[in-house]
Amino acid sequence: MARYRKSNINPKRFDRSQIKIILIILPLALFMLLPIVFIFSHAFKPMDELFAYPPRFFVARPALDNFYKLFKTTSTSAVPIGRYVFNTLMVTLVVVIGSVLISTFAAFALSKLRFRGKFTLMEINNAALMFVPVSVMIPRYLIINALGLIDTYLALILPVLAMPVCLFLIKQFTDQVPDSLIEAAYIEGASDFKVYQKIVLPLIKPAVATGAILSFQQVWGDIMSSAYYISNETLRTLPFFMNTLTSISNTIAGQGMAAAAGLIMFVPNLLLFIILQSNVMNTMAHSGLK
Amino acid sequence: MKIRNKFTGKDNNLNAYVFLAPYLILFFIFILTPIVIAIMLSATNFNTLEFPGFVGLMNYVNLITQDEIFMQYVLPNTITYALIVGPGGYVLSFLVAWALSQLSKVPRTILALIFYSPSITSGVAMNVLWRIIFSGDQTGYINAWLIKLGVITEPVQWLTESKYLLTIMIIVALWSSMGVGFLAILAGILNQDETLYEAAAIDGIKNRFQEVIYITIPTMKPQMLFAAVMSIVNTFQNGMIGVQLSGSNPTPGYAGQLVVNHIEDYGFIRYEMGYASAVSVVLLITVYVFSRVSKRLFAEKEY
Repeated sequence: MARYRKSNINPKRFDRSQIKIILIILPLALFMLLPIVFIFSHAFKPMDELFAYPPRFFVARPALDNFYKLFKTTSTSAVPIGRYVFNTLMVTLVVVIGSVLISTFAAFALSKLRFRGKFTLMEINNAALMFVPVSVMIPRYLIINALGLIDTYLALILPVLAMPVCLFLIKQFTDQVPDSLIEAAYIEGASDFKVYQKIVLPLIKPAVATGAILSFQQVWGDIMSSAYYISNETLRTLPFFMNTLTSISNTIAGQGMAAAAGLIMFVPNLLLFIILQSNVMNTMAHSGLK
Repeated sequence: MKIRNKFTGKDNNLNAYVFLAPYLILFFIFILTPIVIAIMLSATNFNTLEFPGFVGLMNYVNLITQDEIFMQYVLPNTITYALIVGPGGYVLSFLVAWALSQLSKVPRTILALIFYSPSITSGVAMNVLWRIIFSGDQTGYINAWLIKLGVITEPVQWLTESKYLLTIMIIVALWSSMGVGFLAILAGILNQDETLYEAAAIDGIKNRFQEVIYITIPTMKPQMLFAAVMSIVNTFQNGMIGVQLSGSNPTPGYAGQLVVNHIEDYGFIRYEMGYASAVSVVLLITVYVFSRVSKRLFAEKEY
């Protein structure tokens, strides 16, 4: 029997013992990866390959037909696709910036300021991590209706701004900012806002990036808000439109277009994560919930 | 416990409330109030047209005694789905995260990206993808493949035939289950103190399994709890998956009907919002109970 060697967490370099682990995990990784590869491959299939029988997994001669058709179909419908793109980009941008801003404000107060009710608020937010938004879609609809927000951009923006997970992760990360730094700033005469802006914010950039990714993911693919709170077609978002497109896509040509649409929704998400992944991992190290 | 904000010497810094206000107001309007309204509406017969009348616990009684669809399909489906996808996805996340932590940086980052990326295929991308793969005619990929292998001779209606839908939903949900919780576990393992493992090796730990049970998990309980909560929430939040895959609510033969679809069905299709709210409350309580159980499992013991 081989002698037990202790685990080597986060090894510095590659050695032979790692091959075993890679071999075990590779089949599972392939299963995870195949559908992703498939959507890339399918989106670039030209017409004759979409109709090919038996169907082929990989694209043989990649072409932009599907993307071209997607834009052509949409330009003949009542609302040009540019409008959906604009709506989505605008709503996403406002939500990402807004939710990061309010979460960092709140996290700063919860982590570094002293006030009554602090622990209660933290407990409430921790409990809200369990909140499942779809479970309250009816009351949310009634509230948005009562506030007169139906058929406005605000209906797409306001409900998703407060994200308990964002606040939680940013607050945990802010706890790591040394008190001595903040103390020094106060001695120099800085106000609470100056401390937030000049000291805390620059030091919690990884958590800000993570919060931004999480809120991006939530709003970018959001279909429900457009479906329930908006009846004016010109205010609806791209994912909603693409969803209507895919639900009528029983034809094979429609499937190619749907795959192109799916790819358009997926790629920004993926790129953002690749760019920011080290920040996310850094933040997740402080994600412990007690 | 640390004393915060000793710097300004104030006991109750009113600026704190200014910093908190934007978050708290939105939290109050869109998270807290909806929960309260759901609880209140669940005791009424609100149907969006008439003023709601008080019916007490009637909706809950009906849910248990009268709602055959709920008892016969929705509840068993949800239990099966939640018990496999929740704990299954969670254990899978842990095992993969543990394996990845044993690798050096470059292969680890690439593999982590592969495992994480399914969880960010937002609703749209996902439903397109799987509907093409499981397409019901002979040009569907699974069908063509199985016919070629000789397993089946006729194409199978994977997504509209009731006996397959739930299984496919579970596979797809497991596929996309390694999200934030998975990253939290991975980060937790990577940040563990190396010396603990050295000490354990001296103290007589014999194999990797013991190492995981006695060191890895106990030293990262808070991350494990966070990941558990995330996994529970995602499991229920993804409840729309059956409708997305089959393209209709109710799903064919109610085979993929989960609690979330039942709420949508009654609330936005039949406009029986009082009744739908009662179902919402049941769902909220279920999530809460599951989270409490995980908290029991991973709570840091006070000494």
